[in-house]
Amino acid sequence: MSRFVINARGVDQRDLNGRVRAAAEAGNEAVVLRNVHGQRYIGTSLRKPVKVDVYGTPGNDLGAFMDGPTIEVHGNAQDGLGNTMNSGEIIVHGGAGDVLAMSMRGGRVFVEGNVGYRCAIHLKEYGSKVPVIVIGGTAQDFFGEYMAGGRVVLLGLGGDGLAANFIGTGMHGGAIFIRGRVDPEQLGKEVGVAEPDEADQAFLAGVIEDYRRRFGRGRGAGRGRGAGQIPTEGFVKLYPRFLRPYGRLYAQ
Amino acid sequence: MTSVAKLQNPYGDGKLIESCGLFGMMDTSGRPLRGRDILKAMANMRDRGNGLGGGFAAYGIYPEFREEYAFHLMYEHEEGRKRTEAFLRSHFKVVHHEAIPHRATAEIDGAPILRRYFLRVEKGVARAGQDDYVVKKVMAINTGIDGAYVFSSGKDMGVFKGVGYPEDIGRYYCLDDYEGYLWVGHSRFPTNTPGWWGGAHPFSILDWTVVHNGELSSYDTNRWFLEMYGYACTMQTDTEVLAYGVDLLARRHRLPVETLAAVFAPPLWEAIDRMSERERRRHATLRATFGGLLMNGPFSIIVAHHGEMIGLADRIRLRPLVAARRGDLVFLSSEESAIRVISPKLDATWIPSGGEPVIARLRPVAAEAVGGNA
Amino acid sequence: MPFFAPAQFIVDRDDARCIRCKVCVNQCSFEVHSYDAETDEVRSRDERCVGCHRCEALCPTRALAVRFNPMEIRPNANWRPEHIRDLQRQADTGGVLLTGAGNDKPFRIYWDHLLLNASQVTNPSIDPLREPMELRTFLGRKPDRLDFDDLDGELTTELGPQLVVETPIVFSGMSYGAISYNAHLALNQAAQEFGTLYNTGEGGWPAEFRRFGNRTIVQCASGRFGIDLDYLESAAAVEIKIGQGAKPGIGGHLPAEKVTAPVARTRMIPAGTDALSPAPQHDIYSIEDLAMLIGALKEATGYAKPVCVKISAVHNAAAIASGAVRAGADIIAIDGLRGGTGAAPKVIRDNVGIPIELALAAVHDRLVKEGIRNHASILAAGGIRSSADVVKAIALGADAVYIGTAALVAMGCTLCQMCYTGKCNWGIAVTDPWLTKRLNPDIATRHLVNLLRAWSLEIKEMLGGMGINAIESLRGNRLQLRGVGLEDWELKVLGVRGAGA
Repeated sequence: MSRFVINARGVDQRDLNGRVRAAAEAGNEAVVLRNVHGQRYIGTSLRKPVKVDVYGTPGNDLGAFMDGPTIEVHGNAQDGLGNTMNSGEIIVHGGAGDVLAMSMRGGRVFVEGNVGYRCAIHLKEYGSKVPVIVIGGTAQDFFGEYMAGGRVVLLGLGGDGLAANFIGTGMHGGAIFIRGRVDPEQLGKEVGVAEPDEADQAFLAGVIEDYRRRFGRGRGAGRGRGAGQIPTEGFVKLYPRFLRPYGRLYAQ
Repeated sequence: MTSVAKLQNPYGDGKLIESCGLFGMMDTSGRPLRGRDILKAMANMRDRGNGLGGGFAAYGIYPEFREEYAFHLMYEHEEGRKRTEAFLRSHFKVVHHEAIPHRATAEIDGAPILRRYFLRVEKGVARAGQDDYVVKKVMAINTGIDGAYVFSSGKDMGVFKGVGYPEDIGRYYCLDDYEGYLWVGHSRFPTNTPGWWGGAHPFSILDWTVVHNGELSSYDTNRWFLEMYGYACTMQTDTEVLAYGVDLLARRHRLPVETLAAVFAPPLWEAIDRMSERERRRHATLRATFGGLLMNGPFSIIVAHHGEMIGLADRIRLRPLVAARRGDLVFLSSEESAIRVISPKLDATWIPSGGEPVIARLRPVAAEAVGGNA
Repeated sequence: MPFFAPAQFIVDRDDARCIRCKVCVNQCSFEVHSYDAETDEVRSRDERCVGCHRCEALCPTRALAVRFNPMEIRPNANWRPEHIRDLQRQADTGGVLLTGAGNDKPFRIYWDHLLLNASQVTNPSIDPLREPMELRTFLGRKPDRLDFDDLDGELTTELGPQLVVETPIVFSGMSYGAISYNAHLALNQAAQEFGTLYNTGEGGWPAEFRRFGNRTIVQCASGRFGIDLDYLESAAAVEIKIGQGAKPGIGGHLPAEKVTAPVARTRMIPAGTDALSPAPQHDIYSIEDLAMLIGALKEATGYAKPVCVKISAVHNAAAIASGAVRAGADIIAIDGLRGGTGAAPKVIRDNVGIPIELALAAVHDRLVKEGIRNHASILAAGGIRSSADVVKAIALGADAVYIGTAALVAMGCTLCQMCYTGKCNWGIAVTDPWLTKRLNPDIATRHLVNLLRAWSLEIKEMLGGMGINAIESLRGNRLQLRGVGLEDWELKVLGVRGAGA
């Protein structure tokens, strides 16, 4: 596989993204970025299914509007990862910041550890596109706000517990799976709670296996988790109680 | 002069409205021309003014102080003079100073105190920064010292102006005693100012002078655009925005005169659309970028600085401008008759197109008058 | 117990003229008219009438007249009929009152207090019918200076991406969903034909329109509907919609009724759910976040398209605009108090924000003072009703204006303000295919082109009168304006002298 290495130290973000794009257009199937320190929009303008490995700490809006590539971050990611992402995959060997995958429409995001506030909000789905987000650790408030589609999974590994409030507030589509205990007062008014059904279990087993494959050999939350070591039991499913949560808000 | 606006514009109108006659002559070989010729030419166009302003600029008149900035100042009172002279001493080395020579005439009264100073910028200011330094100091005096106004600040040149018909002002300043290779004259017809000595043309900063005929409909747009670049338009005249426009583009941005003309009086879009790719890009970029400096409405101007005299009329030629040539001499005037008064025989006369500059350049740099044929 | 709630409109039917053709019955989506076959009578339920005048316009024998019904109650300057009606509806439903179109309250319309100048003697007026008069406008960031190669004089400064319009009138963003497919098609075609721009609004962009991409501004709003790289790359510019004049600070809900299959496809969401637009863009909680989204959009479009930031005219619009320009916006659109909407809470529409004239003047002044006015163009929006309003807006400092409501009226809208119901009888603010069919896109295109032509001619007349022959010389040229009937503070904010001064 052709592989192109770029030392990103001191490289301005527009320049860096241009170089990544040029490398992809030159036919490289993989691009490795070393010494990344805060450069934004990595992967944004790539329209090829190229693999990008990021070493260091990428800047905000990693993979914003992204359509196709696979980005693997070997470290923590910052805010706005996967913003309005259309397809492709982002893997983070670490945690991620706030507003992860806002308005994401397709593709997959795997975060090994924890994520911040307002993650997976306004997730959508459309036609064959069903975005999937798998988070190994836990999340903070407004998780899955306005959710209109897609699947979000919180594995609850790493022992940090789920202290978030307003989970799924305004939810009107999709499903959130949380392993562990969720109190009713942590949930938005529009959220219903159910046991995952058979189809859900099959979906969970699949993404857990995907998670294990990506992180099982690492040093983070997924460390040392071989087959069967991440429980597929103990999940609750959050679903929207209404397709039209605000239908009764207005005088008719 | 803190009350410039009040002196200029006692009725507090949005801007001053004025028109005029203008004249320029240059010997492109650099030979000196006597001041009395331009007085004759201006007298011939007496009907274009109304006696509320006349003025001249002459280049090459101070050969003994070629390296000093020649400041011409008008003072309303002695206090203003005292404060200004202290200011000049603290920011410049004053090489020489004196009263601007003048003679009492029946036609001219109410003159302010008129003095000139030959100044050297003190060590510590890099040579390249000296012009900017001088501009700042001129602005500081004109906006900060009550009763004082710098109306000329270039090297080896001078502006002479006041309230009266231009030929009377010229005699008052004894201009027939001066010799210079480039002369510009102006006769003013304002409608809403009783006339203030500082408000007469030419308007000048460093060795750049502008005389102007017409009335810009775009004034307020030009004003804010220039304000963005730090120019305070205190005089409320079209000539002021023209002069600052010249300063910004020609002096600060170092754009050639042809480009300046393409900004002040750009070709129509129809014409631009028909140009070659390179020219289309140039003109479209100029118009998009400097649309705020399009001088819209009737104008003809003569812009001068050392070595160059430029005539330009608005793009649909709403104000007159005639050019003529005889040997090394180039003339610009509102009326041909004024040229013929001093040079009955001419090699060529022509009426330049709107937006096309007539450029006279000192030889050997380039001895040519561009823009027309006989 | 019923409320005392008389019908807002009275439907007068001249029975002698009525030929029982039932056009009115079939046309009214509010089901005002009905035909009783037994008695051969056409009847009206006036209380359902919204005053859209569709039936009146289509009645072949002119048998119908729809009249406003003033509520015949004791006159009370404080408790006006509107308050009473609203109170009753809220007591009935417990809900938020919705409305459509722009603010209809009598806040001062500054356009009507500004008068234009004309040349007399000291400079000539220009005859626009026979002499050149230029309206071409460049929207986008301009450099502070231009550099040329010393040797060959070649221009070395690269002008950033610009939108070039042949008239300073641009169609404002109205989403597909809020207005119909045919309305979009007409706006799109008219912009293409006249050389101006159409704005998709926030509801996505039908794929078949993308051939008009060079005349299209796409929106990136809080709902991110229909946005992918193809959407961004096919457009001439991207507009980040922060706010809208009719509803500053709040989001929107396109009701599920209007989310038909094509609307869902265009927005890339499932059909039959409400399409929610959050109040803020959740990736923008601060000015540096705006810079981040501007940067993301520029990165996504290869730095080849201007990015516009649209804000509501609010109290500190000047500071916000200045921040947005410094954050990288190439165009600032300001939408005033009287801007239209497909649906907004009435209390918000009628009480939040400030008039566009004041906000525009304040923004222009601030950008000039900061020396960055040339770094962004200004689009003024919200209540532009005529070519005179356009000229006044540009004289106050705009580069061009956005029109929304005026364009809808040109397509047949009668401003009944029922856009939010999904029942627009004129086929404009509707997605129902049966109603959408009523708007013939080619006729609507013609009407829009006519409007642009008529306004452009009038603008040229006004410019010529002022002695100006290029629109850029009107921009911020406030000496061409005088105020009448305005207070000192208003003149000061507008930067305009009182008439006679």
